[in-house]
Amino acid sequence: MIEVLYFAWLRERIGLPREQVETEAPTVAALVQELSARDDSYALAFADLTGLRVAVDQELADFDAPLAGAREVAFFPPMTGG
Amino acid sequence: MTAPDIRVVADAFDQGEELNRFTAMAGPAGAVVSFSGIVRDEGGMLQALEIEHYPAMTDRAIRAIADQAASRWALSAVLVIHRHGRLCPGEVIMMVATASLHRQAAFEAAEFLMDYLKSRAPFWKKAFTAGGAEWVAARDSDEDALDRWR
Repeated sequence: MIEVLYFAWLRERIGLPREQVETEAPTVAALVQELSARDDSYALAFADLTGLRVAVDQELADFDAPLAGAREVAFFPPMTGG
Repeated sequence: MTAPDIRVVADAFDQGEELNRFTAMAGPAGAVVSFSGIVRDEGGMLQALEIEHYPAMTDRAIRAIADQAASRWALSAVLVIHRHGRLCPGEVIMMVATASLHRQAAFEAAEFLMDYLKSRAPFWKKAFTAGGAEWVAARDSDEDALDRWR
């Protein structure tokens, strides 16, 4: 079970801020594929991964990062702090 | 260096008071540099800015950036305050301050902190205008700004 979080326009497009996902996905990319297969809102949100960033257990990661042992995965657009 | 003072807050803060306190606590410093980011009114178009963040990650991401700055420059203190929630034009979004024996390190470290906070700290801005609301897109120039520190 992984806690999946969404921020900014991704949260709005998917329609929820977080959810628990039962998954055996070995990588972030595989998790994205699983989510995208659920329905159009996910597929649309994840259509262009170059415009998205991901954090695994609160650390920035790549989409090919492994998920073994991960508890939390967050997806969001490029950050705009400052 | 004393541990970086990092705060992510919803309420407005008094930057003058913070800067005075920082300077008093900064230890053996000969230079204090501070930067404040203000909400632009975008030519009178902007009504409000809403800042979302990732609470579980924000503090540690900023701390990692501050630690990096501390390992590159001889700093005696670092301060980062960043607001979230709804802000109006003219309000202070955030401030950073750095203290060092000499000004060059303090200036450079402050710029480094700002460049990294822009695109590596988990904040997102939504701009509200009379025409509606829109998420502020990251700019390529923000990413390019990191190149000079690599």
